[in-house]
Amino acid sequence: MATIQVDAKRHVEIGLGKKTDWAGAIFKISLIGSILFTLLILLVLLQQVATDGWSVLTTRFGDFVSGTLRSDPGEAGIKQGLQGTFWLAIITAGVAFPLGIGAAIYLEEYADRSSRVARFIDLNIRNLAGVPSVVYGILGLTIFVRALGPLTGGPTPLAAGLTLAALVLPIVIITSAEALRSTPQPLREAAIGVGATKWESIKDHILPYAAPGILTGTLLSLARAAGEAAPLLLVGAITGRLGGNYGLTDVSQVRERFTAMPIVITSWAKQPQQEFKVDNAAAAIVILILFVLLLNSVAILLRNRFERKRAG
Amino acid sequence: MTAPTLDPLGGLAGSGTRRRKEARVRRTVFSAAAVSILISGLIVASLITEALRFLLEVDFAELWSSSGWIPRQNHFDFITILVASLWVTVIAILFAAPLGLASAVYLSEYARPRVRSLLKPILEVLAGIPSVVVGYFALQFINPDLVTNVFTSANRAGNMIAAGIGVGILTIPLIASISEDALSSVPMNLREASAGVGARKMTTTIRVVIPAAVSGLTAAFIIAISRAIGETMVVFIAGGAADSAPRVLEPTGGSLTMTAAMASVASGTDNVAGVGPTFQSLFFVGLVLFLVTLMLNVVATRFVNRFRQAY
Repeated sequence: MATIQVDAKRHVEIGLGKKTDWAGAIFKISLIGSILFTLLILLVLLQQVATDGWSVLTTRFGDFVSGTLRSDPGEAGIKQGLQGTFWLAIITAGVAFPLGIGAAIYLEEYADRSSRVARFIDLNIRNLAGVPSVVYGILGLTIFVRALGPLTGGPTPLAAGLTLAALVLPIVIITSAEALRSTPQPLREAAIGVGATKWESIKDHILPYAAPGILTGTLLSLARAAGEAAPLLLVGAITGRLGGNYGLTDVSQVRERFTAMPIVITSWAKQPQQEFKVDNAAAAIVILILFVLLLNSVAILLRNRFERKRAG
Repeated sequence: MTAPTLDPLGGLAGSGTRRRKEARVRRTVFSAAAVSILISGLIVASLITEALRFLLEVDFAELWSSSGWIPRQNHFDFITILVASLWVTVIAILFAAPLGLASAVYLSEYARPRVRSLLKPILEVLAGIPSVVVGYFALQFINPDLVTNVFTSANRAGNMIAAGIGVGILTIPLIASISEDALSSVPMNLREASAGVGARKMTTTIRVVIPAAVSGLTAAFIIAISRAIGETMVVFIAGGAADSAPRVLEPTGGSLTMTAAMASVASGTDNVAGVGPTFQSLFFVGLVLFLVTLMLNVVATRFVNRFRQAY
């Protein structure tokens, strides 16, 4: 009894002597301040491009989206940029997704993780993920534009799409491998147990289970590819002397000269005229951001749902 | 295991078609994985041949004693583009490291799950902003509204400070996400032990959690440095130099980083003609860039592995 009373008294004394932890409060506020400042940067950035692009987007949206690149800023549009980005995205996805998911299946399901080959491939992928995008441009220029020129037609969407596919391949592999790794082991054991081959267990059970995770990674990588400009500059994207006027779905344009949204933006942002470097550039940015953020937010939502489902 | 299996029941090996299909799939996915090795090999091969040709053709003195990076006049002063890369990287990290680290500490140590799930997408959205957009922002807002107000002598058409802050904005989410991973993998019992001996939350965070995560945090900074050195479009748009740059040592001047020099060779009036030292300089700068970032990434991987092993 007595000891309890003493303890309780001590406790009260400590409680009474407790002062407000000012240093701790300041520390916490500065942490919150940092993350709010980051939010502020994002908001100012979005507000800046929205106001700069506002006049073009509201007064001549239709003409801007369907118009071609011209020297008169009041008539210039982004049709070729949108079309180039559309085809680049298709080629990049068509090449990088199957290759990346295949490589991830090899690393996670087939390879002996401790084997020298698997470890070498793994290390190599991690290093590739850190190579600057502009260096991939050199790869594209030497291999896809020049060495494989007869096949790709030189500086074309085909060559650029292959370059972007190489650029996002490590991201696709790493995120797909993570999704496969989070698949429960019993799923594999049950499938093998009822006599499925390894591939049948992967195709029918593991891939469907990992699909949302894989889709998240592929969407993020596609968003990255759509916003990339540096490798395209090296592969030979241009903004003048673009050839004929192609329809959106005309496949023959993948072997012609091309441009893309980030290239149009860069070229306009560096023009001397205010109408180009501010009004038109910002309007094009708004459209590019909407596209990239759409891909990103679908990916983030998908991942959050996926995580909640797994946790619950 | 090693002895050949007797097969008393006959059909245990399964049907031949299924086994052949299995082998075919295995070969296919292995080839997919091998493509990544092929890509690495091709990157190195495409860099080295032309880079060596550049070194053979260019007067060696031009690499560090000429008046600047002026490819048209065969001046390839490496100091110009190295200094610019250094400034941009230093400014980017000075700007992004405190913001990224503090955001990570808040998200990992302080934020309740609900606040966390509201704030975390901010960093993810920021990570998704294309670099050309940040380049535009640096040129149209950061430089005219902030940098030239503070540094009145700064180049109005763009400079290394504005470009550095822009690159910093791109690296905040990177630092925050790797740091948060490192902090949240510190075991809970370290925090509990610290609180148990009477430490305040702040003391626990600064003296226990951050030191315990230090190798992961170091990796975050190294990866951010590597990303900052390799960032191209922000500097190309907001760096204040077009095709060439005289040697400028102050960050308030317009200049070309290694990456921006490559972009301008590829797109400027010195177009990618395919011959001559200007074209080959592209490969030499690319090779240097490749080696520097590779080295940084290898070091960062070491640090990451160290903190993975610890916990």
